[in-house]
Amino acid sequence: MTGFVPHTDTDIEGMLADLGLGSVDELFAVVPAALRLAGGLDLPAGRSEADTLEHLGALAGRNRADLVCFAGAGAYDHDIPAVVRHLALRSEFVTAYTPYQPEVAQGVLQALFEYQTLLARLTGMEVANASLYDGATATVEAVNLAVAAIGRPSVWLSQGVHPSWRAVVHTFAAGTGHDVVEVPLGPAGVTAWPAGVGEGSAPAAVVVQQPNHLGRLEDVGAAVALARTHGALSVVAADPVSAGLLRTPGELGADIAVGEGQPFGTALSFGGPYLGLFASRLEHVRRLPGRLVGETVDVDGRRAYVTTLRTREQDIRREKASSNVCTNQTLIAVAFAVHLAWLGTTGLRELALRCARGTRYAREALLAIDGVEPLGDGPVLREFAVRTPVPAATLVERMVEEGFLAGVPLEPEYDPDGRGLLVAVTERRTAAEIDRYAATFEKVVR
Amino acid sequence: MSGHEGQGGPVSGHEGQGGPVSGHEGQGGPVSGHEGQGGPVSGRNGRMRAHDGGPQPGPAAGGRATSAPIVGRAEEPTIFELSSPGRRAWSLRATGVPDWPAEELVPAEHLRPEPVEVAELSERDLVGHMTRLTHRQYSVDLGAYPLGSCTMKYNPKLCDEASALPGFTRVHPAAPEAVAQGWLGLLGELEGALCAITGMHAATLQPPAGASGELTGLLLMRAWHTERGNPRSKVVIPDSAHGTNPASVTLGGYETVTVPSDERGCVDLAALREVLDEEVAGIMLTNPNTLGLFEEDIVEIAAAVHEVGGLLYYDGANLNAILGVTRPGDMGFDIVHMNLHKTFAVPHGGGGPGAGPVAVSERLAPYLPGPRSVRDDSGAWRWETPARSIGRVHGWHGNALALVRAYAYIVACGGDGLRRVAEAAVLNANWIRHRLRGHYDVPYDRPCMHECVVAAQTLKRDRGVRALDVAKRLLDEGFHSPTVYFPLIVPEALMIEPTETESPETLAALAEAFIRIAEEAGEADAEAPRGTPVRRVDEARAARRLIPTFDARPPA
Ligand SMILES: Cc1ncc(COP(=O)(O)O)c(C=O)c1O
Repeated sequence: MTGFVPHTDTDIEGMLADLGLGSVDELFAVVPAALRLAGGLDLPAGRSEADTLEHLGALAGRNRADLVCFAGAGAYDHDIPAVVRHLALRSEFVTAYTPYQPEVAQGVLQALFEYQTLLARLTGMEVANASLYDGATATVEAVNLAVAAIGRPSVWLSQGVHPSWRAVVHTFAAGTGHDVVEVPLGPAGVTAWPAGVGEGSAPAAVVVQQPNHLGRLEDVGAAVALARTHGALSVVAADPVSAGLLRTPGELGADIAVGEGQPFGTALSFGGPYLGLFASRLEHVRRLPGRLVGETVDVDGRRAYVTTLRTREQDIRREKASSNVCTNQTLIAVAFAVHLAWLGTTGLRELALRCARGTRYAREALLAIDGVEPLGDGPVLREFAVRTPVPAATLVERMVEEGFLAGVPLEPEYDPDGRGLLVAVTERRTAAEIDRYAATFEKVVR
Repeated sequence: MSGHEGQGGPVSGHEGQGGPVSGHEGQGGPVSGHEGQGGPVSGRNGRMRAHDGGPQPGPAAGGRATSAPIVGRAEEPTIFELSSPGRRAWSLRATGVPDWPAEELVPAEHLRPEPVEVAELSERDLVGHMTRLTHRQYSVDLGAYPLGSCTMKYNPKLCDEASALPGFTRVHPAAPEAVAQGWLGLLGELEGALCAITGMHAATLQPPAGASGELTGLLLMRAWHTERGNPRSKVVIPDSAHGTNPASVTLGGYETVTVPSDERGCVDLAALREVLDEEVAGIMLTNPNTLGLFEEDIVEIAAAVHEVGGLLYYDGANLNAILGVTRPGDMGFDIVHMNLHKTFAVPHGGGGPGAGPVAVSERLAPYLPGPRSVRDDSGAWRWETPARSIGRVHGWHGNALALVRAYAYIVACGGDGLRRVAEAAVLNANWIRHRLRGHYDVPYDRPCMHECVVAAQTLKRDRGVRALDVAKRLLDEGFHSPTVYFPLIVPEALMIEPTETESPETLAALAEAFIRIAEEAGEADAEAPRGTPVRRVDEARAARRLIPTFDARPPA
């Protein structure tokens, strides 16, 4: 195939002639002969567009995209308005890169400035960066910031934080040498913070998720107060949809807010590309990871935007940089901003409210089933956990046959018998669907 | 591209698309090719072209965005200024769920009294706003974007189509394996293809970008050495390395040791030997390096590093030059990261998302992040976490839809098309270097790979025009600028990566623009750009009087 190369043979001959070369192979004379790939790549020959799409379509067809989704655990099935696809996927946004030349990148820069403003408002913070990879890696960056700011290696991480996010924190701690201490949940499904430091050292960061992995509303104020007692920074992993109803981390005194931005503008997409949300108080701006857009003026005094405080970043600070992030998730941030702007002030609250109503409706229906018990009893918003009479994985399998993705089985740490199931209900789920779901649930656990 | 098999014999054209004598169907002639490009005289649509010599700029050469300028000259208010109380775009589906009030659902201590102030816009106003923003934005789809080290090539639209298939977008990442066989299969196949391209054994697709891939690679190094009794303390990088390399080294818990480049622009082998010892965990190399040069001593470098028990890390952010030509695995590398958003047609999204898979040799495979998609004897795909895995590096399975794009691109190109990519990328870069010689400094004037680095040192000395000024002038010429001031070892660097998807005519127009800028260089260049939506931006003021959000604006 062409490899999407426009050159004709005549073009190539002419260009080679200009270079005084006789063949294309001569271009690679600098590659030692022993290293040159003799037989070509061990890959099939190229295919036409139609054939390629047919092949991809066949793969896509082997996924069940039709299941009625009650799964969440950090990836939520919300309706995405048409404007998101039509605006965020305009090729000017899609095919540009990092705005290194602000004079021809005001579109991306202003969209990011608006995104930063929206995120700062959602979290009650003063600054927000231009995006990180996902909720998990945003949490890692928050921990790194706190350790650098406070100068102690210890991190207290609530087990109410998503298990995969915690796993990522542990992975990267192998390099930074942070001492990550997990704090378990109490019987009510919220973090049981220790009264004192005990054997360990005082933390640099106290990390809590709101709502937590079981869907439970945490006492963020308590985590903030604990952090203050130890002179640590408080990090809240906050859900952006719940922000429509809940007090912000900033209002509750938190230092850093992180989160997963997927619910706004991004379909489930098998987990990516998602969006790492990162916002903080102004005093931490010089340690902020990733890019930051600021407003300024051009030489004619017109309003303009530019990436700023660049000396924090890896390309300038190199080994002294506190984060290595370069490519981020800008396009996903633009989609987030478009979705949120479409919802607007009233739509955001309404969306959060509808999620909460559906969740209550579904929770009451499941708890009415014989043998289904609450796991972590107390206030929830868009997600809740139950203990089912059969292993959760089995239940999910059975429900697939009935057209439902019933939820996400919980890790043994939340329920050692493997009967814990996490159920999410978004504004997409109708009462009729929930009724059918509950009836099917009842049938398959019998 | 000449000189390799399977391209359909003596008459060129697209294999398998048009019968024995190819050419685009319905375009007239029985023989060969694209009308107007095949012979000395043009046809109906083509233009005259000299038969000897290389490309000439056409009358409206493709890729020069001045032919369709960025029109957004007027300042665009923010959504917050466009907001008008009571206006709305949203509508939400009817669910039939009882409409309990918020106070009944959320305990008072959690409930916020007022809604978050977002903005209140009609859908029409939102669409107008965002569309006007796009008119203030340069992009690859608009014109040439020779931003070195970033591989801003054209990404075929079929990849967008593939990644938008509902069969991919509507799948929850925690769905059981049995209902996501298409996804697991795609990931498994992509891993295989990337291993074939790099000559490696196994890969993780989790890292969401190059920098994340680098850190993953360094943690693999750490795990490997730790199991052998000593994690070691240092990682060597050349002075031409990308900034993410040293930043990742630090996050990996290592100290950076920098080795100088020699007069050829390659790693100074003698200097490298001097820093190698048993505390060196490994070396991170970019090959071709950031000067666009192939590290000719790579075999000797590999031997020297392996001799002290170190590992070789290949920064494969830019694989464009070596596709089907040579493989990091054959050069002796142990760990390779790839930026799928550069080589494999994942568009850059204004800054991301990308994908930075990491492939490793057999001995490092047990340490890879998990889970990975593997095929069992029955032919079904399932998740498996390697025995001594370093753990997860992403919340889910990486930037999955970006992986779909890359896979679609690899399938469409095939082994033959990928080789062609490398050939054209290297040809274009060398041709630009050749054209600019004599007009700009060419600090390492040797055959280059996918990019070349020229410099404005003489222009600066003689006429006071810096690399930055050249970059800004180029914007007025209707092109995006090259990367400037990188690599750091070249003062006034202009790093040009034309990529393979720019036509010879575009290339010629780009070269002409560069040359005109050099010829006209003078004081007036400090005023450039003039024709862009905004002119030179006051970066110092942005930092000094920080306004990171609309709410931080000083009152008017
Ligand atoms: C040579 C090189 N290495 C590493 C990177 C980092 O990749 P990413 O931006 O995807 O993190 C880049 C690009 O930015 C690069 O050009």
